[in-house]
Amino acid sequence: MKQLSDLEFLKLSKGQKFGYKLGRFFTGIPRAILNFFLKIWGFLKKCGVSIGRECADIVSTFIHGDWKTKTSFFIMGFGNLARGQILRGLLFLLFEIVFIGFMVISGGYWLSMLPTLGKVGPSKEYNELLDVYVTKYNDNSFQILLYGVLTIFFIIAFIYTWRVNVKQNRIAEKILATGKKLKSGKEDLHSIVDDQFHKTLLALPMTGIIMFTVLPILFMILVAFTNYDGTHNGYTNSLFTWVGLDNFNTMLSWSGGSGGAQSYAATFGEVLIWTLIWAFFATFTNYFLGMFVAMAINKKGIRFKKGWRTILVLTIAIPQFISLLYVSKMFAKNGIINGFLMDMGWITQAIDFFGDPSKPWLARITVILINIWIGIPYLMLITTGILMNIPADLYESAKIDGASGWQQYRKITLPYMLFVTGPYLLTSFTGNMNNFNVIYLLTGGAPTNAAASSASGNVGYTDLLITWLFKITTGAESKYYLASVIGILVFIVVALISLVVYNLLPSIKNEEDFR
Amino acid sequence: MSETTAKRHMGLKTSRAITNTTIHIVLIVISIIWLIPFVCIVLQSFRVENTGQVGYVIPKVWGTANYSNLFQTDFPRWYTNTFIAALVTAVLQTVIVLCMSYTLSRFRFKMRQPLMRFMLILGMFPGMLSMIILYRVLKDLGLTQENATPGLILVYIASSGMGYYVSKGFFDTIPMSLDEAARIDGATRAQILYKIILPLSKPIVIYTILTAFMGPWGDFVFARYIAFGASAGKNVAVGLYDWLSRDQISNNYTMFCSGGVLVALPVTILFMFLQKYYVEGVTGGAVKG
Repeated sequence: MKQLSDLEFLKLSKGQKFGYKLGRFFTGIPRAILNFFLKIWGFLKKCGVSIGRECADIVSTFIHGDWKTKTSFFIMGFGNLARGQILRGLLFLLFEIVFIGFMVISGGYWLSMLPTLGKVGPSKEYNELLDVYVTKYNDNSFQILLYGVLTIFFIIAFIYTWRVNVKQNRIAEKILATGKKLKSGKEDLHSIVDDQFHKTLLALPMTGIIMFTVLPILFMILVAFTNYDGTHNGYTNSLFTWVGLDNFNTMLSWSGGSGGAQSYAATFGEVLIWTLIWAFFATFTNYFLGMFVAMAINKKGIRFKKGWRTILVLTIAIPQFISLLYVSKMFAKNGIINGFLMDMGWITQAIDFFGDPSKPWLARITVILINIWIGIPYLMLITTGILMNIPADLYESAKIDGASGWQQYRKITLPYMLFVTGPYLLTSFTGNMNNFNVIYLLTGGAPTNAAASSASGNVGYTDLLITWLFKITTGAESKYYLASVIGILVFIVVALISLVVYNLLPSIKNEEDFR
Repeated sequence: MSETTAKRHMGLKTSRAITNTTIHIVLIVISIIWLIPFVCIVLQSFRVENTGQVGYVIPKVWGTANYSNLFQTDFPRWYTNTFIAALVTAVLQTVIVLCMSYTLSRFRFKMRQPLMRFMLILGMFPGMLSMIILYRVLKDLGLTQENATPGLILVYIASSGMGYYVSKGFFDTIPMSLDEAARIDGATRAQILYKIILPLSKPIVIYTILTAFMGPWGDFVFARYIAFGASAGKNVAVGLYDWLSRDQISNNYTMFCSGGVLVALPVTILFMFLQKYYVEGVTGGAVKG
């Protein structure tokens, strides 16, 4: 859609303005995606160029360096040792020894098995002494994949360290050539709490993130290309192996499963659409209602402001699993809600809020309503602070101009709030897409979707992608590979939404502005 | 003042009074709605005539049997598990989060922007996905089922560095000129952190400890995955969840209520005292995104 100038835009009628904005939004999506790919391309190009530069640098270091530098290419840290930087030299040397030792002892094995993920599965062997068959366990696909990935991590770390080692020689030569002194081991130690303090501080958190987040995610991405499940657990029953893109084909093909079961793609589509609807309503109902509650409490002339706030805030303190589980039982067929409604004579038969497959929307709407109960206190807190930040003179002048309360809200409060909380709304939306607790503890995904559940892990009408993923990984079949595929698809959906919205948000603030 | 303006003034006044009364009524209704489940849970924890689920709220026979019965179950064990996990996590996670956020707020190094972007992308993967492999790895280490608590602590704290946003936002508001002045006086960067920044950061430290404590205290999904099947390794969330399963609910429903009260009580009290810091953290964090 063509971009209009300000003057042209102002000439449009209200409806046209809305249409124009909507059109601009949707025409903006492909551009945002294109931009994203261009950025990736730029990033790759930059990577390629810098790798080339590094290689040239390494070669020239080798050609122009003295014998100490040249030896360092093979014995890491030699240059440091020869030039009197004992501490650094020893560390480099130690790292090289550990690396070579690891590769000889086990790294080579893991790497060589990685293409097949193990050759010999568990076998039954006859034990003559005891006269029984004993299962002998051989290769372990799970460990091969895990340690294979770790080995690759280690190799990359080694290459990087080796590069640093070479670079240090070059720098040391330069410094000595100008007649200055090199840093001593004592100065190196001092820099840990001073110049290099950021590395010290980051060491522990980053190790944790790499070992417990990056590595598992990488592993699970790889699992999506294998047939790892409950019956191929890679050790005790049978090995698993690479299957290429088969799992993605299964998940995204429309042909039905065996016995008239719904295809995975259809189930995935249903669950995805509900996940998006849920995330939309869960985010915006909480947002607006929370804002209204905050505004009501903030209003001039309202008494016990602190009291109202405290009541709501205290409900945040109570662990969600207690309140969610309790509320889910309140809505049970023999629960308090039904008991109350029947005592009042409003209904004669108990309503089955979460168990009636013929009324999926009853369960879904109930879940959204209960989620309002969960979320409002938190949103009330967030919005209270921001509402107080809106300059009061804006309202004063609006009042003098005769604006009604609704107009003040539409023209001052809402735009300000949306501007400030834009990024929060985005994270809240994606957070709600992955809101495991509310769905799992409230309904467990019920009511069961009979058409879809036979093949795909008991999926129900209120299941989100994340609870579906969880269900698939529990139980006897435990189709880990399908869970990984769903996980990857969730990532793609979340990333796409974030990308598009983030590019369209007006309030991408420069963080340095705060200083 | 002429008569008409006086009248209009009166009209405005009454209309404002009406609005305010309506808002007060709405707020009372809201408070009641928000408190009802908690009142119900407390009332039902004292109901002794029937251990199952019933359609009325006020107990017919009052008693404390549900509380004393808790001690004949594994509940004390679950409670200890949860308490240890929450306490250790609160300490270690606070250290990690503060390290991370302080670094990303205060230092300008080459990998800073890429690192933050990388963690943003990492956060888009569902965390559930990594549970599958972490379970297998922890199982190999012997840290699942009965010994789930140390394994759980490991899982809670290991990735906690990714939740640095709120405290980074706080550190961003402390003026850089403080650091610079200290640098001129010859302080190392570590000294700046311990002697200048940390004493100024009491609110955010308390906020981080509080949230780090409340996470494991109410965690369900990781605990369920890792303590799978073994009663001794459960935390309160998993234990109480199982009491509401179809075959146990008729015997354990009121015990769930009393257990829930005991679980909610300490955090609620803690929260009452530290509410101020929590509110500050939440409101500050959301604005800065």
